[in-house]
Order: sequence, then C-alpha cells, then structure tokens
Amino acid sequence: MAVSKDDVRHIAGLARVGVPEERLDGLVTELNGILKHMDALERVPNTGIAEQADAARAGMPLGADERSSVPLERPRDQFAPLMRDGFFLVPRLATHDDAGEQS
Amino acid sequence: MSAPREWIPAGAASIAAAVREGTVSATALVRESFDRAASVKAGADGLNCILSSDRDSSLRAAESHPVGGALAGVPVVLKDNIATTTLTTSCGSKILEGYTSPFNATVANKLQQAGAILVGKANMDEFAMGSSTEFSAYGAARNPIDTSRVPGGSSGGSAAAVAAGLAPIALGSETGGSVRQPAAFCGIVGVKPTYGLISRFGLVAFASSLDNIGVFGRTVDDSALAMQVLAGDDTTRDATSAPRPAPTFRTDSRDLTGVVIGKPREYFPESLPAPMREQCDRAIDALKARGATFRDVSLPHTDLALPVYYIIAPAECSANLARFDGVRYGMRIAGDGLRGMYEATRSKGFGAEVTRRILLGTYVLSAGYYDAYYRKAMEVRALISKDFTDVWASGVHALFTPTTASPAFQIGAISDPYEMYLCDLFTVSANLAEVPAMSVPIGRVQGLPVGGQIIAPKFGEADMFRVAYAVETELGVEAHR
Repeated sequence: MAVSKDDVRHIAGLARVGVPEERLDGLVTELNGILKHMDALERVPNTGIAEQADAARAGMPLGADERSSVPLERPRDQFAPLMRDGFFLVPRLATHDDAGEQS
Repeated sequence: MSAPREWIPAGAASIAAAVREGTVSATALVRESFDRAASVKAGADGLNCILSSDRDSSLRAAESHPVGGALAGVPVVLKDNIATTTLTTSCGSKILEGYTSPFNATVANKLQQAGAILVGKANMDEFAMGSSTEFSAYGAARNPIDTSRVPGGSSGGSAAAVAAGLAPIALGSETGGSVRQPAAFCGIVGVKPTYGLISRFGLVAFASSLDNIGVFGRTVDDSALAMQVLAGDDTTRDATSAPRPAPTFRTDSRDLTGVVIGKPREYFPESLPAPMREQCDRAIDALKARGATFRDVSLPHTDLALPVYYIIAPAECSANLARFDGVRYGMRIAGDGLRGMYEATRSKGFGAEVTRRILLGTYVLSAGYYDAYYRKAMEVRALISKDFTDVWASGVHALFTPTTASPAFQIGAISDPYEMYLCDLFTVSANLAEVPAMSVPIGRVQGLPVGGQIIAPKFGEADMFRVAYAVETELGVEAHR
C-alpha cells in the first residue's frame, strides 16, 4: 500500500499537524519508503495468531481497576501562573470571544 | 575535603563507600563532575551531551544530603524525558523548551533517596525517536570516543556523559534499543530491564507498550547497583509496574557452569561484517571459558521485528503526543482559531522525525488501514514473543548476540529514515517481547567500541548480569575504552 498527497493532507488533519504544501511531496516519498518495508507482514498467515497474544502477556497481571491520587511535589498554585477557585486560568482563545465574561 | 582527580571513573560502589566512610565528600564529587564537564566540553560547543544543569543547585543538594545510601554522593545524569522538579524536561523538543515538571519521576526520587546527586539532564533524540541523537532540537550530541561520530540514540547524551566521565551512572529510556545501542557505540554498559520492572512514572511517554527506563554504567557492577536501587513495585503510580519486590543483581560469582546460552542464527547473518563476528566469537570463547555451554537456536520471526516495531511505536506515539497541543504544555503558536493554533503549534514545535512518526502512526490507525497494519503488527508481535518463550522452554537461560551490526557511524552519514531504523535491527525484538537485555563492551572494530548483547527471560535479570559479569571479567572492561 502507498500514500498519496491527499492521504498525507488527510492524516495531517487527523493528527492536527500543520504540513506546508511544499513539504507534501517529500513526506509522500518518505512515508512510502517506510511503508514498503511493512508489506513483509502480509506473508504471515492470520490463523491462530490472535489467541497467542494473551499468552505473551503471561507474568504481567492486571492491576485493580481503581483510581488513585498521586500527590504532587508542590501544590498546584505554586507552579500555575494564575488560579481562581481552584482552577487554572488559561489565555482566552479567539474562538471564545463571544463566550461572555473575560477571565 | 577534595576528591582525587579521576575519582568518578572509580565506580559507583566505591564512590558511595568512600562517601559513607567520610574519605570523600559529595560536594567534592559534584565539583569534579562539573569540572570534568568543562574540561571535556560537555555543552553545546562540544559533546553537546548535557541540555541543562545547575552547579549551585547540585552543590546545595550534595551539602544538604544525608551521607548514607547505596549511591551516597554519586553524581548521576538523567535523560531529558525523565521528569524532575529542579531541572527542565524538554525531551529534546522545541515544543517543551523550558518546561519544568511539577513532580519528580519515581526513578528520580529513588536515586535521591539512595543518596545520588543529579548533575545534569542529557541530550536525546526528540521524544526518544531516533538512533543517533542527531534528531535533537538542540543539536546533535557527539561520541566522546570520536567526536566526528554519533553517540547512538536516542539516549545518546546519557551514554556520552558516562563515557566522558561526568558520572558513573546515567539513566536513559528504551523503546527499541535506545539504551543498548548508544552503550555499544560509547563503550559502556547499557541495560534494558523487563517491561514493568522499573517504574515509568514520570517518563514522558513515547510508545507505552514498549517504553522502559534503562541504566548506563561504566561497569556491569555499577549498572547492577543502579538497577537494584531502581527496581521494584510502583503500582500506585504506574499501572504497568510489576508487583514484585526489588531483586538482587550484584554477585561475586563469575562461574557459569550449567548455564546454557543460545546463539540465535538470525542475529549472525551472512551480511554481519567479519570484524563484528570476530569480536562476538571472542566473547563467546570467554563465556565458554567460564563454564557456559553454547547452543545454536532460532528466533524465526526476527526479520519481521522492524516492520512490526515501526508500526506499533508510531501508532502509540501518535496517541501519546496528542497531548502536546499548545494548551496543556510548552510552546503555543497563534493560528486561525483553535484548530489553527493546534496545527501551528505542533507544526513548529515538532521536528521532522517526530512529525513523520506521528503521521505514520495516524495512518496505520486510521479507518481502512487499521487491520492491515496495526492489528497485523500486534499479531506478529505475539509470534515474536513466542519465539523467545519457545527458546527458554528448550532449556536456554540466555541469548548472546551482537548489539549492533557496526560501530558508531559518522554524524550526518545516514539521511534515509528507514536506513536509520535499521540501526535497531538487533535490539527491537527484546522490547516487543518485553524481555530484559543489556549491552556490554566486547572489543573494538576500526578502533571504535562495539557491544555484545545478552537477552534473558522476563525477570531473568540476575542470570543476565551473571553472564555480563563473566564477559567483563574475561575481556577486561577498561581495555575497551
């Protein structure tokens, strides 16, 4: 399988990475240069492999599914530039201009 | 009280013993480390192995620290993706330039509790993606053995710092060989533990199912000592930490009678250069002289390890690095609206290799390609793991291979991304199978150090170290620097 310029534009959008138009050709070449080596996996048959995945995890038991609180070295208000009512204050974004009161 | 010249290369155990006995002070050792850094030009105008350090802060830590501990007064260097509150944690990236963590990694706390003194954060390939430390946003690090060559990567700064004598111990991180390969290139010892043996709490994630914190030491004993300090249960902070007590790795025994070592044929291909093969044969003869028995074995899916790795690692990286978006951490570049800000920040903040891997990972996880790439890679990963369990079940205690196919290459010599990935040819399988592996110096090729790799079953570090001690004792570690 190989990627096209449109594919790279699409995945860059999914990944939220801005890719300049002049960089697209280079990325297509680089990604296809890598992906052609992945085709080696096609020769491995599928049958029976999925069951072995669990066996490979033997010896690494799952932990309890519960939340734990990790204490910070310093209180949050010592490293946050601005806080109010226990929340971090962050710069207002242009897209929030109509959102009401300025923080 | 002053430290004798060249005290730091004496080794961590003897340094700590001297500090505990009061014959040398922690502050003298910190001064020696910084003097050494100045004399070897560890900064950006030289080896470029240290990204941040603070002499006064390290001296204050040395002055205020209690004298006890297994690493009392021992200067240590940490890779710049290990969170510390006293020095910045940039991950070698512009996107985290100047970032200081509000908490310490578990390993940083454990070193501190053992008496070690942090003297610097080490250069690295950006977010640990690379095999040469040329992909750092802060410039390439250089190999102290030959400064025209790379120190390996991605933990090249940590390896160079130990090889240059700034500290006897440094920490790196391993996702596909990023401790073992630079250790081999710099003529020192590098250890990748079993997945889960050392807590990853505070390690900035690259590929979570493959990441490990690893240890660099000038000697096998220094590495074993550091591993003992770092290993152990941290399940309250790291969900992948193994709930096991810290084992003992140090030993005085150099006898390998009864130990069966496998020589996997896939790691000794026809294409392996003859000088590399000769150095490996020397090491094998040395191990036989200590009583080990060698057996030819096969890990039949080894040739698929690189394709599997370079699907799984980018896939996981594309998810882990989504958090660096200009809102929660580090730099922010204004753009057209919220989405424009995300894209501008990530475009300017990430370097070429990180961008390439994020795109590759996003592609293999995207609709229509997930089954063909990611699911398939996970299935073949299980086969690679099974190769190892089959070998252990046949009565083999450890494997011996070359760590790399060649010694350190010239800075700038490799420009093709996949050619760079080939540097990990002999190392990625251990990460995929979650087994421990380490590199020990075995000799020189073209005047440059090369390493031999010892691989052991999960949580089989004690046997792995026994073999490593024997290699070092027989071949003489100092002769290879």
